Amino acid sequence: MNKRDWKINPLFYPDYKSTVLRTPKQPLIPVKHSLNELTGPAYGTSVIGEFDHDLTKNGIKNSPPLGEKIVVAGKVLDDNGKAIPNTLVEIWQANAAGKYIHKADSHDAPLDPNFFGGGRVLTDKEGNYKFYTIKPGAYPWGNHENAWRPAHIHFSLFGDNICSRLVTQMYFPNDPLFKYDPIYQSVPEHARHLLVSDFSLDLTESGICLGYEFNIVLRGKNSTPFENQ
Amino acid sequence: MTQTPSQTIGPYFAYGLTPQQYGYDHNEICNSRLADASAEGEHIIIKGIVLDGKNQPVNDAMIELWQANSKGEFIQTKKDGFVSFGRCGTGTNHDNQFEFHTIKPSNSEGAPYINVIVFMRGILSHMYTRIYFSDEEQANNADSFLQQIETNRRHTLIANKLPGDDLNVYEFNINMQGQNETVFLDC
Repeated sequence: MNKRDWKINPLFYPDYKSTVLRTPKQPLIPVKHSLNELTGPAYGTSVIGEFDHDLTKNGIKNSPPLGEKIVVAGKVLDDNGKAIPNTLVEIWQANAAGKYIHKADSHDAPLDPNFFGGGRVLTDKEGNYKFYTIKPGAYPWGNHENAWRPAHIHFSLFGDNICSRLVTQMYFPNDPLFKYDPIYQSVPEHARHLLVSDFSLDLTESGICLGYEFNIVLRGKNSTPFENQ
Repeated sequence: MTQTPSQTIGPYFAYGLTPQQYGYDHNEICNSRLADASAEGEHIIIKGIVLDGKNQPVNDAMIELWQANSKGEFIQTKKDGFVSFGRCGTGTNHDNQFEFHTIKPSNSEGAPYINVIVFMRGILSHMYTRIYFSDEEQANNADSFLQQIETNRRHTLIANKLPGDDLNVYEFNINMQGQNETVFLDC
């Protein structure tokens, strides 16, 4: 496997206050990979419900959810540029008002009875995924005075094995909250754009929804020769 | 190409990733039961808590396991009552425990172990560790990976078999920091 790029993944970022008591302090111990690490879970269509790719439909009780309908699509690749087909992408997000359906979300904003906020899709054989949803709202959190998270969608991916596992967040272009958000700012400046989707007229569906493109790059097989030597 | 940076899983993953465990009306892709009663091998339960730097239990962590079956095979879709992958959040048990029902894995290359992936609010990237077993002393002592870990930290990778006759219950606590900080891996 190509190494995890720790330059873009700093662990300790005290401006994000919860990292102070939760981030390990000892150095990570390198491991030699065996079959245990070079295998991983894989899921097929059996785990995908009829509307799991469409969050504007999978929580409907009596009418469509409120908010701005969007389509989010992109490619899942490895860091050698190779598409990753048939891999599971799990997503979850707040509703248009910035409220999660999660019982622990205490933000004083309304739930939408017609929006659940969780979904999943498989990439196709070219590594492409696509889902429909509602643009999530920003919401306040307790990290610091007047802290608001920029609107984001959570992503969870597997890739080829457990070493390519990734949980991340996708943001929307030009969000004025970026510069105040320590979770976004924890990523070094040169890599932050990798977390921000691009508005795309090509993906936009006329009269239906705006389109955002978000490509995701996971760790791939070691591309240099002499691996394991 | 540059890898996509990791971001924290945050506090609200449960309805997306472990919905049934947390009582949300959405099916889940996996759960904390890797082995059904019919699975071949030594049935075990692994339970524990995740502790922060002030020794407080973390109630919003998610733990994933990936492991071989009793023959050393990795099973992606449940077959003969076993699947290699499981997930459990720490927010549904009153002690904030995770609890997995599985079988002891086999490993032809060394001591048996289970891969563990740890996610929670407050870590920007998931962490990897391993579960070895306290009753595999001989294999553990001969294991080249375990032996390279400093002696005073090695115990953090070893699940302790609890006394009792009926079930093989192991305790594996994960310490994010402190004197007993778990050995985490650059996996």
